[in-house]
Amino acid sequence: MIKAILIFNNHGKPRLIRFYQYFAEDMQQQIIRETFHLVSKRDDNVCNFLEGGSLIGGSDYKLIYRHYATLYFVFCVDSSESELGILDLIQVFVETLDKCFENVCELDLIFHMDKVHYILQEVVMGGMVLETNMNEIVAQVEVQNRMEKSEVSDVKQGL
Amino acid sequence: MSDVVEKTLTALPSLLSLDPQPGSAKLSSTSKLGNLIRGITELTSKHEEEKLIQHELASIKDQVSSPNTSMRQMKELMVRAIYCESLGYEASFTYIHAIKLAQQGTALEKRVGYLAVSLFLNESHELLLLLVNTVLKDLQSTNLIEVCMALTVVSQMFPKDMIPAILPLVEEKLNHPKEIIRRKAVLALYKFYLIAPNQVQHIHNKFRKALCDKDPGVMTASLHIYLQMIQENPEGYKDLTASFVTILKQVVGGKLPMDFNYHSVPAPWLQIQLLRILALLGKNDQSASAVMYEVLDESLRRAEMNHNITYAILYECVKCIYTIHPKSDLLEKAAKCIGNFVLSPKINLKYLGLKALTYVVQQDPRLALQHQMTIIECLDHSDLIIKRETLELLFRITNAQNVVVIVEKMLEFLRVNTDDYTTIDLVGKVAELAEKYAPDNEWFIETMSTVFSVGGDMMQPDIPNSFLKLLSEGFDSVEEDRKLRLFAVDSYITLLQKEPGKLPQRFLQVISWVLGEYSHLKDELEPTVVLKLLAKLLDMKHTSSETKSWILMAMTKLCEGGAEVSVVREVSETYSSSMDTVLRQRAHELQYLSQDSELRAKVLLRDNGLRPLEVDSSLSFLDGFVSEALAAGAAPYKPPHQRQEELAQAKALSLEPYGLSLPMSMSSCSITDRQSPTLLSMSSGLSGDSAEISHKGGSTSLKLDGVKRVWGREGYLPQRAAVEEAAQVEVPCTLRSPSQQGDADSSHSQTPTSTPTPTEPDPEKQQLASLFFGLSSQSSVCLMGKPEPTPHRFRRKAKGVTDPTSSSLISTPSNVEKLLCNNLLDSNIASELAVSSAKQITELPQGLKTASCDVEAELTDIADIKQNNPSLIVDNGIVAAADEDPDRPKDLCLISHLPAELSELCHSEITPLCTIQSLVLSACHLQKEDSLVLAVFISNSSDSALQHIVLDLDSEQLEVSCVSDSPAEDFRGHSVVVYQYSLTVKRPSIHVSIEGTVSFQLPGEAPQAAQFSYKLPLTIFIRPLTVSTEEYGTMWLSFSHDTKQNLTLIGDGQEALTATLNVLKQKLQLHVVEIIGQEGILSCRLLQDQPCLMHCRVHAGTLAVWLRSPVPDLPDCLIYHCQRALQEY
Repeated sequence: MIKAILIFNNHGKPRLIRFYQYFAEDMQQQIIRETFHLVSKRDDNVCNFLEGGSLIGGSDYKLIYRHYATLYFVFCVDSSESELGILDLIQVFVETLDKCFENVCELDLIFHMDKVHYILQEVVMGGMVLETNMNEIVAQVEVQNRMEKSEVSDVKQGL
Repeated sequence: MSDVVEKTLTALPSLLSLDPQPGSAKLSSTSKLGNLIRGITELTSKHEEEKLIQHELASIKDQVSSPNTSMRQMKELMVRAIYCESLGYEASFTYIHAIKLAQQGTALEKRVGYLAVSLFLNESHELLLLLVNTVLKDLQSTNLIEVCMALTVVSQMFPKDMIPAILPLVEEKLNHPKEIIRRKAVLALYKFYLIAPNQVQHIHNKFRKALCDKDPGVMTASLHIYLQMIQENPEGYKDLTASFVTILKQVVGGKLPMDFNYHSVPAPWLQIQLLRILALLGKNDQSASAVMYEVLDESLRRAEMNHNITYAILYECVKCIYTIHPKSDLLEKAAKCIGNFVLSPKINLKYLGLKALTYVVQQDPRLALQHQMTIIECLDHSDLIIKRETLELLFRITNAQNVVVIVEKMLEFLRVNTDDYTTIDLVGKVAELAEKYAPDNEWFIETMSTVFSVGGDMMQPDIPNSFLKLLSEGFDSVEEDRKLRLFAVDSYITLLQKEPGKLPQRFLQVISWVLGEYSHLKDELEPTVVLKLLAKLLDMKHTSSETKSWILMAMTKLCEGGAEVSVVREVSETYSSSMDTVLRQRAHELQYLSQDSELRAKVLLRDNGLRPLEVDSSLSFLDGFVSEALAAGAAPYKPPHQRQEELAQAKALSLEPYGLSLPMSMSSCSITDRQSPTLLSMSSGLSGDSAEISHKGGSTSLKLDGVKRVWGREGYLPQRAAVEEAAQVEVPCTLRSPSQQGDADSSHSQTPTSTPTPTEPDPEKQQLASLFFGLSSQSSVCLMGKPEPTPHRFRRKAKGVTDPTSSSLISTPSNVEKLLCNNLLDSNIASELAVSSAKQITELPQGLKTASCDVEAELTDIADIKQNNPSLIVDNGIVAAADEDPDRPKDLCLISHLPAELSELCHSEITPLCTIQSLVLSACHLQKEDSLVLAVFISNSSDSALQHIVLDLDSEQLEVSCVSDSPAEDFRGHSVVVYQYSLTVKRPSIHVSIEGTVSFQLPGEAPQAAQFSYKLPLTIFIRPLTVSTEEYGTMWLSFSHDTKQNLTLIGDGQEALTATLNVLKQKLQLHVVEIIGQEGILSCRLLQDQPCLMHCRVHAGTLAVWLRSPVPDLPDCLIYHCQRALQEY
């Protein structure tokens, strides 16, 4: 199971926060801070796995992260997930974002936080990996986008 | 691809500077969210941000509560609220509006509403109930997107109690024509399974349908469920092994559509999932494993590509191969794979390689030996995570020979480590190793001192506790104990004389206790010196009051009158006016005891070392006082939970069934009646507040010895075990043949230089190679004594030989084959250690008697057979299956060994537990009316007598007590002994299991041990409980744990209730108390009087069941079994 997905930038500003296990609000912020603290002090040439942040729960949990220019993508998972598998899932997620936003950048994530959430929902559902095929994910997102467009045009016609 | 992403992301900083650049064209610059974000990025301080957000929230609040706000605007507001929340500012006033949006909006607005709900609320939030109807409606919608949204939110979070309401609709979606809906429905059901397994029990066959779905995506989703269920109960899904293998074969063979490829690897995540499932199914199961070998080999072969994801598959393959029943050529390939991982320059692979080594090294320590230079290099790796993983690996291969070096490495790491979590973990490991393998006293005390000073006050409290326990209980030799304690005193005095200010509190507490107890052992040491040192600690600023009270207690023990009195007087005067009551009490004790030497001698007994003080836990000395008070009209004592319950009853209107029909006074009256005076004092002793305080005081001060020892006695075992273990390691070393000795030696001294490494290994690293000291000798231990898993099957057939009734002729041919196979595997591992396997061969025939004598000749030719006939191993699975039957008649003969009073009872099938050499263990359980007896049969099929047989059973859920006197320690060849245990339930669980170990010794050989487990369903502990309806009512009210669920009725019409209850009565031995119209009440108990009551009512075609019991978990377990019973019917 995936316990949480955190995206923050190099300064620790959260860009997308998705918890699949309940934590109280202040606990969530603490986890984000601690995770950032752990991840940000690591060089780029060390391994992408971290074990046992004390907050999110003991030795069974791992942080698996990737660093893209200004952003950290961190997945917190338990032992039932494959480390390298998740590492590639992050890559799939980022590539999907790139496809949906046409050259994604941090600003897209900030200004379209809701859309990023919808894309993520097609990849991970309730902490379980739903889809790993990028084309399939993009197709699902596009179905939703079409709906959005038709609604907008409806409104325009109404005007 | 990732380069593109990185390029665009590097362009970011310039975009953020808000200049009108192409990038900002994308942003909706006029939107309010845009403004808010812009505003925040401009800010510099946290304080300003807070102010801005509060302002923003206030404006959102205004707008959401205004009636003129349209749904469309609401959607925009909600996104802003989500943004604020993600920054950590609570916007709870929007929660209700989020739900409203999900309820009333159009599809798009709904989407925002659902998203906001799933981000804001948690499963137990009360507002979530308002969402249930919306979800129900959307699940039935014709708009696919709405259905998807509903399924997503359901799998994200849904109130547990409300699952039954939507379950049928979600189930229905499993047949939906769209695969994306089916897939989401499967995952939603998986989520239900996780949070409420009882509720989805009836749809297990639908999971199977999902597994066979024509869409591979749906099938993949169903694997989540299977992985979980197989993890919980591998036995139940063995029949699916072949199906999973077939699926994996097809995936690996590229039979899936190209869409599923990722970097031209077919469905890698699916493969990973399947490999994990196979590992679970093949564990300890030779026949299941045999089915997998081919596909595993294929996977290994196909995955030899150079992409990240193929390594993920390889890693799972390797883990699977080492988990299932071993096959030599696969093991070889897997070992090579691990080698590639460890040696890889890619750091992620190195990490996984180390992890794999850690996993594998218990089975095959030689693998670590092969990679020792790499491992040593990893110890100096710049990445702390790699370093830690290496230490974890070293921890697993530690033995008495290399403990010093390994612990030194760990302490080195600890001194530079800053992460609390790692420190706590590692400190525990060092302490464990030090206790287990300490080479001498000095080293042990010094290591523990480092542990205490590095671990500080973060470490687990049981580390200092068990250290002190070890000191106080000592080892077998009195002289050794004295030396150890003396050394501890010496080194602590030195520490205190240096810089005690830097020591952590926990360490100071340990020091003061040791000095208090043992400084008298050192003759030349004046108590005054110690007292002065301790007094200095008291004056330090950082000393906590807890530590101070430890110090004062130590002083109390030390003060024997004479010169020290003056020091003591000053201290006790200072603290007798302390604000801290505990300190004040200690100070007073110190004062009085230092003045009154007679009293002191009575209270503080010295050198009563091992005599445990008796603690009157029932506080029976208070009985007189209690009965006097009762006679004088005092109210009888009630334990707190009872008081609370009565209070609740008195306050609230009782809405529960039966509650109304009973007068309130009756229930309380019956409660008081139940209490006998002794019971009274007992419970007051256990939960009374006053008793607790004195207890606490006792444990830290005067009664310290007594209390500690009672607690310590049961903790004595691990210490013993450690000694035994050490002995086990030692003995085979001396048995090693000269060639092995040479082998081991060369690996110590030569390998470091002969291993090809890019640079000349420096002397330090060579010295470090001593990390692996003892490893090779240990591997020979493994081979010789290796009871599992290979010799397992071999022994099983030996059992067939023991049986006088079964014809040994029938089983011989297959035995021969099995023997060969086992030895094939064994000898393969042992290839160069031919001596040890030869030794094993000579041992074999003893257990086999005449029937297998002719086997012996063949066995010596093992090496040849191995080359000529590799397919034997594969055949073996089939042979094993065919061989089941000849075992049968043996049941009868084993039963005849039961004592007379038991042989009459009905007994369960006799199941084999384990086999180790010529010893066969099997067990059955017998149901008595008031107890359950477990009979364990140990049969010795060898000619020689076995010595020191120790059988040890334990269970998390059960209380296991030995009934029969343990039979004589030595036990003749060809005989059977029976151990009887009585079982009672400690903690109910759907299935309970007993873990056990058996150890024994053949004359003149090393002791051997094997582990086994025995599973039982809870139902065999259930007995009918006969009560009247009135008693039932009283009991019903006093039980605090309950559960409710709807069960299916059997039959229909008037008789349905009676029919259903009769089934439950027959299958589960429930007692039907009364049936009134459409309601029925039943009762039962677990053995030893743990009642459970059941109330059922026919409602809308189902049986609404409500269970109550004073025992937690019992209702849940019982409802499970009820459900099962009705299903099976």
